[in-house]
Amino acid sequence: METSKLQNLAMNDNGFVFDPNSGYSYTSNETGIFIMKLLAQGKDKVQILEAIQNEYEISEDHFSSDFDHYLLMLEALDLVEL
Amino acid sequence: MANPDLSKLAITIAVTGLKTGDNPQPGVPVIRSIRAAGFGGKIIGLVYDSLESGIYLDGLVDEVYQMPYPSAGAEAFLARMEYINGKCPIDVVIPTLDAEVILYIRLQDELERLGIHTFLPTESCFLLRDKTKLGTFFPPKGVSVPETSLISDASQILSVKDQFPMMIKGKYYEAYKANSPEEAFKYFYEIQERWGLPIILQKLVPGDEYNIVIVGDGEGGMLGMVPQKKLVITDKGKGFGGVVVKNPELDDFAAKVISILKWRGPCELEVMRGFDGVYYLIEINPRFPAWVRLAEGSGQNQPAAVVLKALGMDVDPLPQCKSGTLFIRHAEDIITDISVMGEISAKSELIRR
Repeated sequence: METSKLQNLAMNDNGFVFDPNSGYSYTSNETGIFIMKLLAQGKDKVQILEAIQNEYEISEDHFSSDFDHYLLMLEALDLVEL
Repeated sequence: MANPDLSKLAITIAVTGLKTGDNPQPGVPVIRSIRAAGFGGKIIGLVYDSLESGIYLDGLVDEVYQMPYPSAGAEAFLARMEYINGKCPIDVVIPTLDAEVILYIRLQDELERLGIHTFLPTESCFLLRDKTKLGTFFPPKGVSVPETSLISDASQILSVKDQFPMMIKGKYYEAYKANSPEEAFKYFYEIQERWGLPIILQKLVPGDEYNIVIVGDGEGGMLGMVPQKKLVITDKGKGFGGVVVKNPELDDFAAKVISILKWRGPCELEVMRGFDGVYYLIEINPRFPAWVRLAEGSGQNQPAAVVLKALGMDVDPLPQCKSGTLFIRHAEDIITDISVMGEISAKSELIRR
């Protein structure tokens, strides 16, 4: 998975995300920002699951399905390449 | 890299295009940027209409003079400039309107003889960026331009009836998206009435539009470049809000266009990044855009640099602009006395201070 574009994003703690390359901006919830930051650091799905489970009570199955869906959304926004 | 400091410059600068409103001209923001560089000298506003709103702004211009429309010709233009220069010697003039720039280019030598300096492209360079020439000049040099055809008869629209939606544009101003040949016919006659022929039909490139304000050094390089993406677009297609972007591919594309043209002076590139990943040159406007304060606000005072270049002074490349800098246009009412309008209307000039 190619996540280098996420490294260029400006993200703040309020959930505002600005892509200086395209000029587009987005809003995300706290969990979305948390995951995007981990993806930008190059973490893989297993590492992100571990980090998420340290913060939130969530089963692996539930996480897996939400995470895959989230990645598809990031791909549609041209922010990651799967 | 540093922004020009104009605080020690005791000269007179003339700027055109003081209208703001729904189709704002660049004069007011150009003057504000020059003032922001510390300029304390005299600023003259050159207007065509006594209702140009910048005339009425306190503290913007020191004197205002009404100019003959460019269509009145070079003789009327020069006679007026000589008159104004006799009353208040001008050192630098910055034209900001499409239709007048060619006049200032052609009369550069005459203006120089009056002691009035400009920083403008050559006439041949200016003509190469004409909307009617972009489609033939740039593609062989590796710069993509959307497929373009020039038409002088509305029936020619039918020959491209399978390619709609398309952009339909006037030679100087106005551009509309026509979704069908019927819409194109309507726009054809509207544009023809206002701007004459030919009319430009351009293939619509789906993608993201970017605008870039640039000051070219005349040798193929740039003193500064600030790209923005419009965030607020009015029903006239004017950007009333935008954000500075940082995109190396877009920067390279703009640099290539300027190096091919060897553009001297201010300009605005309109570029489309197609969903096919290709960058397309849509238009080159031969002057600062009305959003030029975003350049100053993001760290590059381009109008101040143009003043120094017009005076023949060396200017360091301007600092990098800060991506994420945002502008939102804000309209405000100016309250003044009718006598101000009376003076500019009756005497075609106004001494404000």
